[in-house]
Parts: sequence; C-alpha cells; structure tokens
Amino acid sequence: MNEPILEAQHLDKFFPGPEPFQVLKDISLSIGKGEFITIIGKSGCGKSSLLYLLSTLDTDYKGSLSINGTRVTGLKEHALSTFRNEHIGFVFQFHYLLPEFTVLQNIMIPALKLGRSPREVIEQLAMDRLKQMGLADIASKPSGKLSGGQQQRVAIARALINNPGIIMADEPTGNLDSVNTKIIFDIFHELSLQGNTILAVTHDRDFAARSDRIIEMVDGCIFRNSTDSLQKLPADP
Amino acid sequence: MKLPVNLMISGTQLLARKKQSIIAMLGVMFGIAMFIFMMSFMKGVNKFIEDTMLASIPDIHIYNDIRTDYTHSVTSAWLSQDPSRIVVVHHPRPSKIHLNLKDPGSIIADLKGTPEVTVVSPLSSTQVFFNYGPVQLNGMLDGVDIYAEDRIFDLAKKMVTGHPEDLLTTNKGILLGQGLADKLNVVKGDLITLASPTGAVMRFRVAGTFTFGMNAVDNVKAYTTLAGVQQLLGMNHDYITDIHIKLRSLDQAREMAILFGRKYGYKSEDWETTNPSIKTGNMIRDTLTWVVSITLLVVAGFGIYNIMNMVISSKMKDIAILKAQGFDGRDVLMIFLSQSLVIGILGAAIGLGLGYLMSYGMSRVPFPQGEITSLKFFPVVFDVRYYLLGAVFGILTTFLAGFMPARKAARVDPVAILRS
Repeated sequence: MNEPILEAQHLDKFFPGPEPFQVLKDISLSIGKGEFITIIGKSGCGKSSLLYLLSTLDTDYKGSLSINGTRVTGLKEHALSTFRNEHIGFVFQFHYLLPEFTVLQNIMIPALKLGRSPREVIEQLAMDRLKQMGLADIASKPSGKLSGGQQQRVAIARALINNPGIIMADEPTGNLDSVNTKIIFDIFHELSLQGNTILAVTHDRDFAARSDRIIEMVDGCIFRNSTDSLQKLPADP
Repeated sequence: MKLPVNLMISGTQLLARKKQSIIAMLGVMFGIAMFIFMMSFMKGVNKFIEDTMLASIPDIHIYNDIRTDYTHSVTSAWLSQDPSRIVVVHHPRPSKIHLNLKDPGSIIADLKGTPEVTVVSPLSSTQVFFNYGPVQLNGMLDGVDIYAEDRIFDLAKKMVTGHPEDLLTTNKGILLGQGLADKLNVVKGDLITLASPTGAVMRFRVAGTFTFGMNAVDNVKAYTTLAGVQQLLGMNHDYITDIHIKLRSLDQAREMAILFGRKYGYKSEDWETTNPSIKTGNMIRDTLTWVVSITLLVVAGFGIYNIMNMVISSKMKDIAILKAQGFDGRDVLMIFLSQSLVIGILGAAIGLGLGYLMSYGMSRVPFPQGEITSLKFFPVVFDVRYYLLGAVFGILTTFLAGFMPARKAARVDPVAILRS
C-alpha cells in the first residue's frame, strides 16, 4: 500500500438519547494515497456516520483521526474549517450547489475561500475543471437551472478545485438516473486513474465493483475490508 | 481575501431575493423616516411653544417681592423694654412698602460686569389705569431703556405699528399692546391719559403698538421710558423696580438666578421657575416622541428579524454546504449579518432622505390662522443631530435584528442537515 493519507483508530460514536445508541464500534481504518475506496452496507449500518466523521464535519466521537499527517481530532471549529477547505473535497447525494450563483461561481467559492491564488487564476482553474467535466458551455448559467446529472458534475468540479488530498462522496449517484449514474461512474474512475484519493459511500454495488477496495459495514462494524472483486462477496452477509 | 468571498456570497443572496430585501428595507426606511419626521416636528412644536412663552419672560427677573416684614413693629418700642415680657401682636397692619430696589446703580453695574450676562434691562414698573374717553382699563406700565428691552425681547419684530425707537423721538411717548390699543380704540399718534395708583395723572402719546402673540401680555402691557414712569409716580431717576437679564445660555438661568438672589438680596427668578409648564410640556412631548419613534424602529427591526429568520430557514442546506467546504461559524455569521446590515444601512439612508422630505413638506404647510398670528407654517426644526441619531438607531436595530438569526445560522450543525 502507498503511504496512508487517512488513518482512523478505534473510532466510537454514540447517538445520544434516553438509551444511547452506538452507531460506530471501534473502527480502525487506513486509506492510502491514490486509493479509490467505497463503503457499502445496508441503510442504518453507520456508513454515512463514518463518512461524516472521517470528513471532520462530525467532531463528536471517541478515538483518533489523522488526515494528510495532521491529527484532526480535537481541533477547533475554525481550524477544522480551514483544514476541510484545503484538504477535503465533498460530493453529496443531493448536489447542493448554491442556487443563486452561476456554475462557475459555485466552483470558485472554495478556492476564493482558500485565497491562495488571485481571482483570475481561480477563474481559469474553475474553467479547466468544468471543461474536464465536459460542461464548459454552461459556465455562466445559474446553477439552479441545471439537470441533476449536470449539477452533480459541477459538484465534482467544485470538490476538485483546491486539489484536495481526499475526495469524499456520500451516495454520489443516489439521486440520478442510469445514464447519469454511468457518467458519474466514469468520472470517478477517471479521477482515480489520475491519482486522486476517493472515499465514497454508496449502496450501488455496480459502483462499488469498480473501486480498488470495498469496505462493507454491518451494524457499526467493518464486516469486510477487501480488495477482492464484489462478485466473490456473498450477496447478503 | 476572506472578507470579499463572504461579501460576494452575501451580496449575491441579497440580489437573488430582491423583493424580500426591498420589503425589509422599506420597513427600516419607514421607521427612520417617521423617526426623523416626528423628532423634527415635535422639537419644532417645543421650540415654538418655548419661544412664545419666553418671548414675554426674561431669562432672569430680579425684583423686590412684596414681603411684609414685621420685625420692627412699633409695639416692641413701647412694650418690650422689659425682657421678661413676651409681646404677641395679632394681625398686624403692614406699614409703608417700597417696591423699588435699593442702590440699583451698583447692582446694574455689577450685572454688566458678569460674563454670563449679555443684556441688563432695568425697569421701573407700575400698575396704571389707561383712560381714553370713557374707557378705563387697568394695566401694567413698564418704564424701560427701550434699546436694552429691545435686545432682550426683540421688540422691533413684535411691533404692529411704529418702531421701538419712536418712544424716544415722541414727547412722552408710549407703546401699547395691540389688545390694549384695540380695546381703547386708539392708534398711533393718539393721546391717552394714564392714572397711577397714587392718583397722579399724565398724558402720553401713542408712538406704536406691539404684539407678543399672547393675550395675557397684549391686553395689559405698555412701554414708556424710565423717566416717564418715574415722573408719573413722582419718584427720582434711580427708582428701579425690576431688572430683566438676558444670559449667554438659557441653561445657566437656574444657577445664575440663585446666585443673583443671594448676592443682591432680592427675589431673583429664572424663566423655568416663572413658567414651569414649559419644561413639563417639553418633557411630555419628548417622551411621547421617543416612545413612538422607538416603537417604529423596533417594528422595523422585527421585520428584518422575521425575514432573516425565514431566509436562514430556507438556506439551511446552503449553510451546511458552505460549512462542509471550509466556511466556519464566523464566516456564516458574517454572510448573514452583512445582509441585514446592507438592508439596514440602505433603509436608513433612504429613510433619512424621506424623513427630510416629509419634515420639509410639513414646514411648508400653512398653519391655520387664528389668535396666534405669529405662526405662518407648522413649526419644524431641522437638526443634523436627529439625522445622526436616526442613522445610528436604524443601523443598531438592524444589527441586533440581524444578529440573532445570523448567530442561529452560524451554529447550524452541517451533519444534521446533510444527513436528513
């Protein structure tokens, strides 16, 4: 395995309540640079919880987490925000573009926030990313006017704008038809070949089948963590 | 680089919902405009009432109050030689009372040397009967140095016929209150007869008429020279009964009055004491204005609060996505607070303009003509301070109204939104 970009050790998470529910149980995980990993499992198995935890959005857990050599457990809100901005790209199930902005602006916002390059450079970068997604012609459209598949591609372009160490995706094809699902598959595959590290939560076994490694979760534990192809896995553990 | 991104987002969101932004802005605008209008108008009314009342009252009035002083009762001279006896006199009768000030020359000289005092006007005042044909009216005759009195009360502006100086150019001239002249049915140039309480009678020639805009003054008051009154009463030229004083600042009146009273040993009244209703009326009107103005601003603030709350509720997903992409609570707070502030600042600016226009409009509305003729238009005061105050209040209100929803937005947990 390559040098690890993400390392999680003994993660425990509880949902508070009259009877606290343990949603993640002693999860340890390591992701190498350039890996394309999918997390699969039934709904309620804790795969989304794990993703939010690994993405530093959720800070209410036990255990420790390091990304890109930085221990992020225990960092303050401001430090975590800055860290996410620089090192993590997000793709969600429901696209979540900012509807008031144009496609290009949506892609530029994380880079403007990072503020590492002047505005003109960022605009050029965003345009390049958009071309990469094959959407150069809709750059100045308001993002609310796009189809679901186009929106998701814009969201991917946005996730890539700061050259993040790791791209995290939560059900990136969960809300798309089969044609668009295929397009998104291809894009992720392409990105993986280009050396990006991708961590995606999905319930789509076809999507998972094309990843380097599949982590299957059951009841808050890692049930299987293997590089075997999905066909060899039992359909229903 | 951080600020511009937040402001860009904030600006784009504001423009994306123009209608809502404009409605919120109109609320602030109307609140501020009414605040300016109410303040300007109420202060105008206060000023008008104060001016009218003060037009006939000097800042400080020094006079010899009638005090019956029985300490030197004649009885004591006869009966109290024996200290073992106590003499009690029931219901004594006052002996001769002098209404004039002793040694007025040195008091006046001293007053003129006081830096807070701008004008000193000595008077010799008496009750008189005005006779013209069969008409006989009771009134007050003030013998004055007309130039000093003019400087205190601005008589030149209050003249209906003639000029204050005509008093000096006319032999035994007299200036009559317009009401008095009307009742006597005399005009400038007529001769009238005045009778003093001591029974002396003298003829004066009407040199002009004046009006203070108050019947209580116009119907009873007349001016002549100091010498005129002194002659009528058969007194010598240092017979001075009252001193009117004008101060550099009205606010000093109370303490200066106390000071003069103590210094000269005569009754010394400031304008507030003479007319306590002015201050009370001003205070009540001011309080009312403030209460109404602040209510308006608070309502405008609630408008912003409501709209921002709605906006933030509908923008939960956007907030979550911004936070996921590296914006922290402070950035989100800035994004939404700046939207409220833009609404507030624009609304306040337009409101100030509208308030000015409304005030100006009011100041051009003719006042219904009646007894008080001195008022041609509704009284309005234009004072930069109210505009500054309006701007500060407007922005403060929108800041508070915008801060609470913005803080709510800043505390949004992105995980809770993204999961659902």
